Formats: sequence, C-alpha cells, structure tokens
Amino acid sequence: MEKTVNQKAWFLVLPVLILVAFSAVIPLMTVVNYSVQDTFGNNQFFWAGLEWFQDMLSSDRMWEALWRQLMFSGIILAIEIPLGIFVALNMPKGGFWSSFCLVLMSLPLLIPWNVVGTIWQIFGRVDIGLLGHTLDRLGISYNYTQDTLAAWFTIIVMDVWHWTSLVALLAFAGLKSIPDAYYQAAKIDQASRWKVFRYIELPKMMGVLMIAILLRFMDSFMIYTEPFVVTGGGPGNATTLLSIDLVKMALGQFDLGPAAAFSLMYFLVILLISWVFYTVMVNLDKKGM
Amino acid sequence: MDWMAWTWPTAIFFMVIAALLITFTILAIRFPETPRVGVLGIETTRGDRLFITLLGSAFINLAWLGLIGPDTQPWALAVCLVYAAAVFRWV
Amino acid sequence: MTDATIPENLTAGGANARPRFRVNSRAVVMTLYLLFLLLPLYWLLNMSLKTNTEILNDFTLFPKDLTFANYATILTDPAWYMGYVNSLIYVVMNTVISLTVALPAAYAFSRYSFMGDKHLFFWLLTNRMAPPAVFALPFFQLYSSVGLFDTHIAVALAHCLFNVPLAVWILEGFMRGVPKEIDETAYIDGYGFGRFFVKIFMPLIASGIGVAAFFCFMFSWVELLLSRTLTTVDAKPIAAIMTRTQGASGVDWGVLAAAGVLTIVPGALVIYFVRNYIAKGFALGRV
Repeated sequence: MEKTVNQKAWFLVLPVLILVAFSAVIPLMTVVNYSVQDTFGNNQFFWAGLEWFQDMLSSDRMWEALWRQLMFSGIILAIEIPLGIFVALNMPKGGFWSSFCLVLMSLPLLIPWNVVGTIWQIFGRVDIGLLGHTLDRLGISYNYTQDTLAAWFTIIVMDVWHWTSLVALLAFAGLKSIPDAYYQAAKIDQASRWKVFRYIELPKMMGVLMIAILLRFMDSFMIYTEPFVVTGGGPGNATTLLSIDLVKMALGQFDLGPAAAFSLMYFLVILLISWVFYTVMVNLDKKGM
Repeated sequence: MDWMAWTWPTAIFFMVIAALLITFTILAIRFPETPRVGVLGIETTRGDRLFITLLGSAFINLAWLGLIGPDTQPWALAVCLVYAAAVFRWV
Repeated sequence: MTDATIPENLTAGGANARPRFRVNSRAVVMTLYLLFLLLPLYWLLNMSLKTNTEILNDFTLFPKDLTFANYATILTDPAWYMGYVNSLIYVVMNTVISLTVALPAAYAFSRYSFMGDKHLFFWLLTNRMAPPAVFALPFFQLYSSVGLFDTHIAVALAHCLFNVPLAVWILEGFMRGVPKEIDETAYIDGYGFGRFFVKIFMPLIASGIGVAAFFCFMFSWVELLLSRTLTTVDAKPIAAIMTRTQGASGVDWGVLAAAGVLTIVPGALVIYFVRNYIAKGFALGRV
C-alpha cells in the first residue's frame, strides 16, 4: 500500500515513544553507566573504565555460558524446525479435525513459562513423574538434578514440547496459502511426494520458516524461566544459560559492574540478530506485494 | 537521578550518539534519503548505514579489547572510522 | 495429498473399517504428536487431584481417591489466591496501557510514512526481543528510586517493555489489511480523526484488537523474571509464589500441581476463539 507522507503522524507515535523510552532507554543508559564503574554499595561509585568489559571478555564463565547457550539454541532449532514442518505436513487441512488439532497444539504455547518448568520438573522426577518413573523402570538411570546429560535431555525435550507447535502452526499457515492448482499440476506430472515437498511446499513455506527460525532462535537465546525452574542452572553450572548466569550475577551477587558489562554485550548480540530479523521481514513484505 | 550513577565519559558518549542522530535527521530533511542496494544485497538508507556503522563499531571495540587489550583502545576507534567510511561508501 | 499411503502394520485393522475411519499415516503422526503434548499436562492434572500421600507413596496413573483438597487450599489461603489477584491486576493494567498507546501508533505506522518511521519500528522490535534479564537490574533500581517498588503499576509498566512493541507490530499487521479508501471516504464525509478512529476504524479491526489484547495478556501473564524482581509482598504474582513453595517438609506437590492447573485456565478458556490467530500473533502479525 502506498503510504502518504505525513510528519504529523509523529504525534500518534509519541505516547509509545515516551513509554518505551521510560522502560527501555533509561534502564539501558543506567546499564552503560554501571558498566564503567565499581561500587561498594550505598550508591557510591568509582570509575573503573573498561576493566569490567576486559574482565568479562577474558572470563571463562561468560564464554562457557555463551557456548552452552549456542549449543542449546542450535539443538532445539535442529529438532523443532524439521519436526514442526513434519507435523504441519500431517495436519488435517480443514473441518473439525483441523480446529481440534489447532486448539490442542496451541495449548502448550499458552501455558505460563514457570508452569512449563513445573510440569517438567514433576514429569521428569523418578519418584513421582511419569517420564522419570518410566525411564527408571526401563533400567535407564535418569536423574536431572544430578546428571548433566539427563538435565540437558530434560530442558531440550521441554523446549521441544513447548515450542514445536509454534513452528508447526507457522508452517501450516504457509502451507494453507498454496493454491490447489499447484498440487493438481504436480499430480498430472506424477511428481513424487518428495518432489512436491521440495519444489512446491518448501519454497512457499520459506518466508514463514525464516520467521519461525529467527523467532525460535531469539526466544531460546534469552530463555530464563523454564530451565531455571527445572534445574536452577545445575547440576553445577551445566545448564546455566546466558540469562540464568546474568541474573545470578546481577541480582544474586549484586555485582553491578560486571553484570552491566555482561548485559551490554548480550544486548549487542540481540541487537544484531534483531536487525537480521527485521531485514528478513521487510524483504518478505516486499516480495509479498 | 542519583541511582543512575552518571559519569562524564558516559554522558559524553550519549551526547555524541544524540548529536549523530540529530545531524542525520537534519541531513535527511535537507537532502532526502534515497535507498540503494549495496554489497550486502539489501536496500539501505543513510540512517541504516549509520546503524550498521554504530553496531559494527561496538563489536570492533569489544574485539579489540578482548584480543589486544585496553592500552591501545584509541586505535580501535581509528579502525571504526575506516569501517564507517567503508560502510557509507559500499553498503 | 489425499491418497496417503497406509503403512503395512496398520492395514489389517484399517481394511475392514469404513473409509471414514481408515487409519492413515497422517492420523498416526498427529495422534502421536498430540499424545506427546498432552501427557505432561495430563500428569499435572492427575497430580493435582491426588493427596500428597498418594503422590509420594503410590505410583498411580489415575487418582485413587479423588480429592479437591489441593484446589480448596489455593482458593481459601490468601497467600495463594492473592497471587492470582495480584497477577490479574497488573496483567489487566498492562494490557490496557499497551493497547491504548499502541492503537494510534500502529495506525500511524500502517498509514503514513514519516521521518525515521522504519528506524522507530525496528527499535520497537529490539525491545520485544531484548532479554528481560538485561533489564531486571536497572528496573529494580529505577522503580526503587521512584518509590514504585512492590506495586502493581511497576510490573505493568515494566511489562510494557515488550508488550507495547508486540501490540504495535500485531495491530499494524491487521491495519495494513484495511483498505485506505475507507479512511479517505470517512474524512470526506466529515469525520474527524478521533470519531473516525473509534466509530469506524476500531470495529473494522476488532479481531486484531482482540488478538493483540490476548497476546499482551498472555505475555504479561507468563512472565516471571521481571515480576518476581519488582515485587516482594504486596504485589507478588502467582508465578513467584509457585517457585517458592519449598517448605521445611519438602514440596507440597499436590498444591503446586493445582496452582499450575489454575494458571493454565485463562489461556485455555479463550484458546478456541484465537486458534486461527496464534501463529499470526507469535509472528508479530506477519503471517
């Protein structure tokens, strides 16, 4: 749609601007201020220069948390995207069963994140949880509070449980936009199921899939509540992802300086990914027109 | 405002950013922006290039700090200037 | 697409059944997937209806002696039910604030181009994407210094950080679907902006407003970190209460499960009405 140039539109945006400036710009400025100073409490600050940034950049703690974070995001993307597409391809196309599946699949998406944590905390316990108990009966030693592998397994299955439906719903929305004529043409050409997927469905889904990948990456990159409730970052530091580590540092130990430096670097990475996300969205919009 | 713990260097930092934004706004009013497609294969306007420059500069500074150390940090700014020139010329 | 192949092992049962009930691979996949989604939920519900003795001593797939005592505990103990009240208060406040400021802004973004519009739109997105963990500490300092710590409005304002951008993006996605001719006709007919917006435009995007409200409500309802950081007693949300249930005698699993079930209720109630918009809402109105 052609948009009219109208500088007065600024007045319509002003309330949002003021509100978000209050809740985003002022806190971010504060973080910048903290990141270059040291404090011993009582609001007394001392100039520390780039010390904290240097500290954080050379600390194993941050790099390990970042590494765990990237591994977590990578694994869940590698599972959720293909699984989501697979589920979307198998969803009923219309009628009662379509609504039925949509409603049930949306359910995990709408559960409060801490309750998602609670559900899996209970579900995975060997003494009272169905999953933990079953695995235990099968003779598999499984204890997510003690064993690193089990902890990782739990938080990954939890995230797959929580978010695969979103990928599926997005992919499904992409599939629904394919006109029937395409399939009929493929049938006439006697194209195989794989070819239909590869040359008709996948290209048509590419747009929404990009959105799904970026959304899942962003949201998993800042995940806090669910793994925190299930493992608390443990055993040891095995599941301490970036946000969990940052909260430990900022609110647990109240290390304002290092936490602020950490926050800023975290935020810069997010800014970069957001920019990629935005650029992709704008290009998709253009293609759509 | 006490709790925000302002310091002169950070205040100057934000003033520079604000000044940049104002400059680019005035520039945009005087000489309207025309988008172009650069080496990244995406359409950018002058404002976009400023954003790419600033974000890239932040990463350059961090990389310099982590790899070479704080004693020669001003040189990182020189690298940023070169980077900025490159972005405005080719992106 | 309709002639999905029937796997070997299923043909025996499927061959004699009426075509309507023919077992096909799609149904199998969907059944397995839905089972995977529903099992943990069933387990939560199951636990909430058991006594603690049964939970800890017997491993049962169904509650042996059905009890609603866990729910009764939550609904009669102020320490529990006030959590729901507090959550509801700040969530509703946040939804109202977010929609009020987002509606005109989204209209501006969808209809006009103005200086810096794209950058502003992008900047809003970065706030939706920003990790709450980055903002927890400065929010704590900010709201403590202005004397709003442990109030509902503090949490409501803090959640605006991601909900206002979310609302703007979703509403913009819906508004761009409304033809501009409608605006122009209304202005020619002598409507002022305010009257046009409320009387004509808002009813046109009613579903969009509903979806935006739903997502604001939901993201504020599910958020834990900021709401926990900004409250201690008076405005403590249910999510924070749930993560602090470890007493001296261990965790009261039954009550915890019941509390979990009750927090799912608001989402589950409206799920049917928003089912076709879930993907659109999560994708910020872009699908």
